Amino acid sequence: MLRAVGARSIDELFAPIPEQFRLKRELNIPPQMSEAEIVEWFRARAAETGHGYAMFLGAGAYNHYRPVVIDALISRGEFFTAYTPYQPEIAQGTLQSIFEFQTMICELTGMEVANASMYDGSTASAEALMMAIRLTGRGSALVARSVHPEYREVIRTYARYQGLPVKEVGFGDNGRVDLAALKKALTPETACLLIQSPNFFGTIEDVAELAEIVHKNGSLLVVSIAEALSLGVVKPPVEADIVAMEAQSFGIPLGFGGPYAGVIGTKERFVRQIPGRLVGETRDKNGKRGFVLTLSTREQHIRREKATSNICTNQALIALMANIFMSIYGRQGIKELAKQNLAKAAYARQQFAKHGKILFEGAPRFNEFVMRTKEDPYVISHRLADKRIIAGFPLIKFYPELGNAAVWCCTELNTRAQIDLASGEVR
Amino acid sequence: MRDDKITKATTHISQNEGLIFEKSSPGKKAYRLAPLDVPEVDEQQLLGKAARQDLGNLPEVSEVEVIRHFTRMSTWNYAVDHGMYPLGSCTMKYNPRVNEFVARLDGLANAHPYQPEKASQGALRILKALSEQLIEITGMDAITLQPAAGAHGELTGILLMRACLESRGDARKKILIPDSAHGTNPATAAMVGYQVENLSSNQQGQVELSALEAQMNQDVAGLMLTNPNTLGVFDQQIGRIAEIVHAKGGLLYMDGANMNALVGKTRPGDFGVDVMHLNLHKTFSTPHGGGGPGSGPVACKKFMEPFLPVPVVIERADGTLGFEYNRPQAIGRVRMFYGNFGMLVRALAYIMANGPDGLRQTTEDAVLNANYIRKRLESTYDLPYKTPSMHEVVFSDKLQQQYGVKTGDIAKRLIDYGFHPYTVSFPLVVHGALMIEPTESESKEELDSFIDAMKAIAEECEKEPATVLNAPHNTRLSRLDEVTAARKPVLRWKPQQAKTAAE
Repeated sequence: MLRAVGARSIDELFAPIPEQFRLKRELNIPPQMSEAEIVEWFRARAAETGHGYAMFLGAGAYNHYRPVVIDALISRGEFFTAYTPYQPEIAQGTLQSIFEFQTMICELTGMEVANASMYDGSTASAEALMMAIRLTGRGSALVARSVHPEYREVIRTYARYQGLPVKEVGFGDNGRVDLAALKKALTPETACLLIQSPNFFGTIEDVAELAEIVHKNGSLLVVSIAEALSLGVVKPPVEADIVAMEAQSFGIPLGFGGPYAGVIGTKERFVRQIPGRLVGETRDKNGKRGFVLTLSTREQHIRREKATSNICTNQALIALMANIFMSIYGRQGIKELAKQNLAKAAYARQQFAKHGKILFEGAPRFNEFVMRTKEDPYVISHRLADKRIIAGFPLIKFYPELGNAAVWCCTELNTRAQIDLASGEVR
Repeated sequence: MRDDKITKATTHISQNEGLIFEKSSPGKKAYRLAPLDVPEVDEQQLLGKAARQDLGNLPEVSEVEVIRHFTRMSTWNYAVDHGMYPLGSCTMKYNPRVNEFVARLDGLANAHPYQPEKASQGALRILKALSEQLIEITGMDAITLQPAAGAHGELTGILLMRACLESRGDARKKILIPDSAHGTNPATAAMVGYQVENLSSNQQGQVELSALEAQMNQDVAGLMLTNPNTLGVFDQQIGRIAEIVHAKGGLLYMDGANMNALVGKTRPGDFGVDVMHLNLHKTFSTPHGGGGPGSGPVACKKFMEPFLPVPVVIERADGTLGFEYNRPQAIGRVRMFYGNFGMLVRALAYIMANGPDGLRQTTEDAVLNANYIRKRLESTYDLPYKTPSMHEVVFSDKLQQQYGVKTGDIAKRLIDYGFHPYTVSFPLVVHGALMIEPTESESKEELDSFIDAMKAIAEECEKEPATVLNAPHNTRLSRLDEVTAARKPVLRWKPQQAKTAAE
């Protein structure tokens, strides 16, 4: 091949790199390893990472069962070794699956349109907030303090250099957004209020009431959903203008935090301001139904610096996992699964209440609850880890006013025995 | 229409399949839950008016229907596993299966991001090992693995530049971006509050030094440069470029989309780059998944390290690893948790499988393959820039246009020949561009087969342009009506569509 290209040596092809910048040694990284050695190395790392523990952590990442069908299907090379479906004639598999995903997200959230996915729930929330700013032409935003602290950090990073003040609104004794504080904080410049429901404490917000207050001010309501499975039993936020959801609960492995899949849903009239890819239905020359990427004039590759976002790659394969999960459980299963979560957490709350104080009792919740203990939650967490139990998430770093409180989560995978054991260890 | 030159592909029976909603009927199910071992609850009573009544049109199907549905749909996709996928700038290389295997090991796949550090040591060890190796590969000093994709990495990198310049007292107003850049570059600069100033390239497709000197002033935060650029050209003046930017107090950002041309042969940190992102889904073999997930680590020089997103991985006095959050100068967070960990695992496995010599040879093969295509096709297709190519080559459709055929048509005909098309109409600096990146994964046989297809199509353009203009002919669907899709968007299925679908 070198002869065919007319080069005497491979280095001749690298002549454009100036001599002084060429690397004249091998990279200082470990030598080639065989497949057996690689597997062995990662097995050792996996063994150093706790698994098979009783999991009571939620806080933005939820331990749900993943039907084996999901990995069987997404392991098909036709799905996972394909690129963004720029050539629709040979990408109908990806395109149709995204169209189905968009539809399911609409059905679940009560929104009229949904995009093909975003990186995750935190960036989807930040992008939803920017979208509200564009839609209203207003210059500031409100975010509830009961939104996941790391989501709020991402929002701050995104908003920081857009000259957009983002103010926070506190929570009341029932864990919900403090309505009096909200009314005081709204100004004619408020583009939106962003809340999470169920919020970081597991409390379900009164979305209809918040929407009424916010809409009266001419602002938009953005609802972030971190625990997608809650939608199996919780009324969808139909009063919201934009929904930013994390789909991890739908068959996506915890995976030490990623990859997950975010998604943005909204009303039809707002679709031209939605960021990210959209798949639409169309026909081919013979009138057969097919799907294509559409409305791309919003996007960076056409609009460059005037685009709705810089997002290019999304989370197509992860959205496919969620699509398969929703197909497996479907209309009945998602509800039954959600009901099991509700029951497990309700039982756990009763058991844990014997050993500490449950906070925010005055409002409904899904599969998480907050408990205050005498002992420092970090000490509890450390002790329980030795008993192969992963304890709740300590809140002191983000909510010092709550003292020794932690948010605990129970899913369908927590057995009664685990709950009895863990609650007995807490004091 | 003659198809006798099509050797790589033959049409075969492909299953039809409607939308999953159209297969649904009440009562079918693909799951069984464990019996509830705690008391049942009444959700109406627990949730009150927050209780949901029904789940609308979610499907109800059996397990075998789920399997067939997605299997059938998968067969409609073209993928790297089928053959060459020469999408320029996308680096569609082979995705090794061992990567997939190790990413799914118990422990790595099931770890909760907030589980205690003492139960996360293996995962932390992976983050540390990958960080160290990417730092060595790029010649930089520090790194964050948090960004979820390339454009997200760009955002992180430009935020770092801004924070760094602000700490010196002036964030400045503008970012210079060459006209050949990917669209994410200007979109990113705008998200960080910078004005975008276009920088023209010269006749060699490289940065015009005099233009850079004229435009680089105290208002300019820096230059966002893709190197090699989207023409596949390595900017030979890179040393001078860095000097000009630095002399005016600016910073040099490198878009690492084309790092597959450089690994093991040169290091951006050695040629003056201050901050850059990598696309693990391009250079480091993590799968593209039909459009994601990606992963876009950002590496930088020592002086920018204090601004990296929180948390960073540190080694504690007792030798254990942990996360450090207390970093007052940090730009904050760009994503929750620690990034697309599953992709980081795969990228590390790729580096381990290759080692230093393997990574170098990968780069050499990628560049050799691109040059082989260039040499064999340069008499058939117009080559607008004669500057040496690195890992990709950009032709134009100038010669075929005289028969009324454009790059998009040639691409569609390539589908009939059993290949995924190259990148169409990009970069914008080439009118009617055909941007071809073979990667190291292709054998000489596959390359020859691709070249034969391209030559056969060029001949068709001349002799029977209608064949090319109406391509593809052998796919499930012919060309799709994208105009109507955008004019009257149908973005979701609705029950009433079920009737028309049966047509």
